[in-house]
Amino acid sequence: MLGSYRAEVLKLRKRSAVWVLFGAGLVLSLIFGYLLPYLGYATGDENPQTDGIPRSEILRGMLPERVLDNTIGGYPIFAGALALVLGAIVVGGEYTWGTLKTILTQRPGRGAVLASQFLALATMIAVWVLGIFAACALCSIGIAAAENGAMNWPAPLDILQGLAGGWLVLMMWCLAGTVLAVAFRNVALPIGLGVVWILGIETLLAGVVNSLLPDLEFLSDVLPGTNAGSLVFSVTGMATADAPPGVRDAVGGGRALLTLLAYCAIFAVLAAWTTRRRDVT
Amino acid sequence: MDALIEVSGLTKRYGDTLAVDGVDLTVLPGEVYGFLGPNGAGKTTTLRILTGLIAPTSGDVRVLGGAPGRADVLGRTGSMIESPALYPYLSGLDNLRLLAEYAEVPRKRINEVLELVDLTDRARDRFSTYSLGMKQRLGVAAALLKDPELVILDEPTNGLDPAGMRDMRRLIRELGSDGRTVLLSSHLLGEVQQICDRVGIINSGRMVAEHNVEELRGEQELVIRATPRNKAHDVLAGFGTVHQYDDTLRVQVDPQRAAEVNRVLVEAGIEVSELRSTERALEDVFFELTSEEKADVG
Repeated sequence: MLGSYRAEVLKLRKRSAVWVLFGAGLVLSLIFGYLLPYLGYATGDENPQTDGIPRSEILRGMLPERVLDNTIGGYPIFAGALALVLGAIVVGGEYTWGTLKTILTQRPGRGAVLASQFLALATMIAVWVLGIFAACALCSIGIAAAENGAMNWPAPLDILQGLAGGWLVLMMWCLAGTVLAVAFRNVALPIGLGVVWILGIETLLAGVVNSLLPDLEFLSDVLPGTNAGSLVFSVTGMATADAPPGVRDAVGGGRALLTLLAYCAIFAVLAAWTTRRRDVT
Repeated sequence: MDALIEVSGLTKRYGDTLAVDGVDLTVLPGEVYGFLGPNGAGKTTTLRILTGLIAPTSGDVRVLGGAPGRADVLGRTGSMIESPALYPYLSGLDNLRLLAEYAEVPRKRINEVLELVDLTDRARDRFSTYSLGMKQRLGVAAALLKDPELVILDEPTNGLDPAGMRDMRRLIRELGSDGRTVLLSSHLLGEVQQICDRVGIINSGRMVAEHNVEELRGEQELVIRATPRNKAHDVLAGFGTVHQYDDTLRVQVDPQRAAEVNRVLVEAGIEVSELRSTERALEDVFFELTSEEKADVG
């Protein structure tokens, strides 16, 4: 099992697409968390981009005390989509290249191979989360130093909780990508379906339910994106007005946590069950 | 001698299509077994079943004494099924490294197999930049990584140039002479005839023959043109069964006795104008068997 895990990590480490996705997530976080707000801050209140928000508020949003908001605020939607793509390319690639048959004719069983892939993906997602956090922290330190802002950090436990919550959100979307890849034995279709779901359908469904069918709100409250947004909202403690797209208090933090864990378990079990039972052709 | 692979009544059905239909197959320890058949005959499906990639619909399959796909069986089996499927973005060396990790094989074995297939110089290049022949050789290296007792190779000479094919034949012969058991599927009948001890021929999912190569090719004969023919016929009858075709006589006798046959004929006052051995090539047998089968089916 350890050998299989090392092999999976080697594959991820050497695959440029994995780092391109990480880079995209990092750049998006920095652009939306720091670059655009800083441009708004630097150009003053008169700029319509700031929408009348006081400059001091904009600056506060970029200081170390809000580093968690900027690190994981984009996870439910944008970084989540990237994590889904990661899961789909890693598992779907085994089908399109035919490498699944090569690794399944080595010593480990199918369950062990899939478990190693999940563990390696979990490791890579942790690297993503820590990497984005480090970059956001550096930006916030730089801005605080440049603008004489306060250097107050969230409590270590809050940081840990926030990063763990962010990791769970990305892991859930990543596992969704893997189960779609196993189902379709492909890369392109799972990415297409998954990304359309995250970026469009869930938001649309939630909107329709809220405005037209409020009695069906319980249904939208079990959707993965809703719970991802709720968990991020809960662990960051951000104000509703500051929340980025997809982050809202639809359900409580505890319920969101359990729902996301359940999704992770369902996706992993479905992928394992299908992989173990199906012929590899 | 216990067989390394024992297959009886193997059937694989995909919906209405019967890909493998009641195949019996036995591979003995230390032999090089050729698995022949036209495209779509069921060769690769059978090999996939033997490596645990697909489950049979019915039938008994034992590989190295166990069920195919079990970890202990896979640990003693090296295989390359259909084509070398490796990671295009990794170098040849990294591909073998990660397979060594999966198979729990010491790293020093990687250099040994790279040397064996003559890829040491290109080991650090990406797999995607390899020629078809190099990919094929790396696939064989991957199959040999575990130093396996049983090697299953599906069309290992695909894409190789003549020199590469010669090297591959030599490698497979070496594997066989090392005491390893090799199950080889191939379209190249001449190649199988040169390398294999026994062959099985599959057609339309059914096994139509399984014999030693020599048995399959049948009795060898000497073709003789001699006058007077009737007298020659009587003399040759002392060596074996004689058949007459047009103006030649064919006697079933070991071609190595050709000089002796010639001497006896000449001493009997018979003029010999032609004497040659004739052997049925495996290719002839293959086409006979597979076309008969088609005729039966049709």
